[in-house]
Amino acid sequence: MSSISKYFSGLFTGIKSLLVGMSVTWKELWTKKVTQQYPENRDTLVISDRFRAELTMPHDENNEHACTACGICEMNCPNGTITVNFKMVETEDGKKKKVLDTYKWDLGMCTFCNLCVLTCPSDAIKFENTFENAVFTRDKLKQQLNHEGSKMREKKKVERPAAPVAKAPVVSEVKVETPAAEVKPAVVDTEVKAVVPEVEVKPTVVDAEVKVELPIEEAVKADKEIEAESKDETTEK
Amino acid sequence: MQEPLEISNLTTWLDTTLRGIMPSMWVILIECVLVGVALLAAYAVIALILIYAERKITAFFQARYGPNRVGKYGILQSVADMIKILLKEIVKINRVDRFLFFAAPFFMIVASMLTFGAIPFGKGLHAVDFNIGVLYVTAVSSLGIIGVLLAGWSSNNKYSMIGAMRSGAQFVSYELSAGFALMTIVVLAGTMQFSTMIEGQRYCWNLFNGHISSMIAFVLYLISGHAETNRGPFDIPEAESELTAGYHTEYSGLQFGFYYLAEYLNMFIIASIATTVFLGGYMPIQVHGWEGFNQVMTFIPTYVWFFGKTAVLIFLSLWVRWSFPRLRIDQLLNLEWKYLLPINLVNIVVMVIIVLSGLTLTDLFPSLF
Ligand code: SF4
Ligand code: SF4
Repeated sequence: MSSISKYFSGLFTGIKSLLVGMSVTWKELWTKKVTQQYPENRDTLVISDRFRAELTMPHDENNEHACTACGICEMNCPNGTITVNFKMVETEDGKKKKVLDTYKWDLGMCTFCNLCVLTCPSDAIKFENTFENAVFTRDKLKQQLNHEGSKMREKKKVERPAAPVAKAPVVSEVKVETPAAEVKPAVVDTEVKAVVPEVEVKPTVVDAEVKVELPIEEAVKADKEIEAESKDETTEK
Repeated sequence: MQEPLEISNLTTWLDTTLRGIMPSMWVILIECVLVGVALLAAYAVIALILIYAERKITAFFQARYGPNRVGKYGILQSVADMIKILLKEIVKINRVDRFLFFAAPFFMIVASMLTFGAIPFGKGLHAVDFNIGVLYVTAVSSLGIIGVLLAGWSSNNKYSMIGAMRSGAQFVSYELSAGFALMTIVVLAGTMQFSTMIEGQRYCWNLFNGHISSMIAFVLYLISGHAETNRGPFDIPEAESELTAGYHTEYSGLQFGFYYLAEYLNMFIIASIATTVFLGGYMPIQVHGWEGFNQVMTFIPTYVWFFGKTAVLIFLSLWVRWSFPRLRIDQLLNLEWKYLLPINLVNIVVMVIIVLSGLTLTDLFPSLF
């Protein structure tokens, strides 16, 4: 009896669930189509801002960029996509300084991992979402990112402390005033400052090591004494 | 009654003029050739339209647009595909049974062509009007399975083989249900001849005439017919995720085109048989006593009625196809042998009782229907 009722209840629940399924697809039939008709909808197309399509080096209205030619992006690129060519120039006060000559980026070799942008200490490069990059020859994929005749942007006095504070340790505040007039990039500052605390830290580490060793030596000594005593006892017996 | 748009006007005119100028033997010969050519052309055209319709409807079910680049709304897409498939190379496969491998697609095509000839597309658009039409159609349409089995067997490939075996199990099972469902209606209509059957449905379709029993038979026929076409949730013979393409894995070019065509045409054939048997075929909707209404309805040519009703059923089949997941082989056989077949057998008995005790709608309300 139960198997018969099971048969029929199974039959009817089956039919019901099939009808529910068909009603779902019926509704789906009338939903708005999600297809993006690409070349036609070019004007209204929305591409996420975070979409990485093309590496760019933003230049301001004076044709100036923020790249210090430090080469960190080149070193960090896993594919060797970036080549930073720099030249050495001498500043008025006789210091030698790296200046960006050409910044080469090969779209065809880039995996769009974003490491270059993340590691650039000057925020000189960024990815744009301009995705229409198809070209007919491979050579056209090799781009030069710095514009013709561009030069590095001088650091403004007001902006300067803000940038290093985030990255460097607290000590930085003392040094802010001195290099203000010079063309020194922020990176150099942070490197110098970073050394100071390291020196301070090292000796404490050494101390700790020494201290740790001491008790061990004492313990060993104590052990030896106990051993010696017990030996004496056994020999006496 | 005046029916200016009927194609049968053209055919009768052709017949009388031909008979006027040559002996009747020649006339018959020429007409045979013409009918054959017309059927083949219809076969190809219907397949193209179906392929386009299926791709569009499928896309709509998936919130896409479907083909929309070749011609306006992609209308020429299936024509382009056809040209492509005609130009493609037929790849020679090593170590197949050459003869059977080449013969198999023809079995498929011939089976569906033979069925095609017996379908009444409209008044007078009926190549052969057998007095055992239903039996003939059931018998001939099941020949297609030979093509499938041969294809799987001769391909010398395990995927094709498994696909063909599954198809065999499926086809043999569901053919039974489809046949019984049609027999239920034969009991009701009292004839196996399509033209008489359609004439009998002038005021009341068989679907409503036998009420409960007819409706059940209709649903059963649609399910088993759908299963016979190897589509939708019943596509284990060509389950692409397990068997690449099932029995036609090794076919390419035109030979593959044959299978492709036959698949769509089988869908059409199932729908058109269901139309003819259950939905009054090419008969326009007619109501007792409403002469004006009937006049307007008959003005719409019969082939439009036929294709309209068939299109609705084809849409239903596509709807089912894109709603349900594929069945496992055991579920598939369960469905047939544990549910459809017993229900079918009981249904025939019910239908016999309904007919014998005069409970059909035409018997109950003779003034209405
Ligand atoms: S883009 Fe950034 S990381 Fe690369 S060289 Fe210029 S400043 Fe250095
Ligand atoms: S995104 Fe990655 S691969 Fe591309 S240039 Fe930058 S670091 Fe190299």
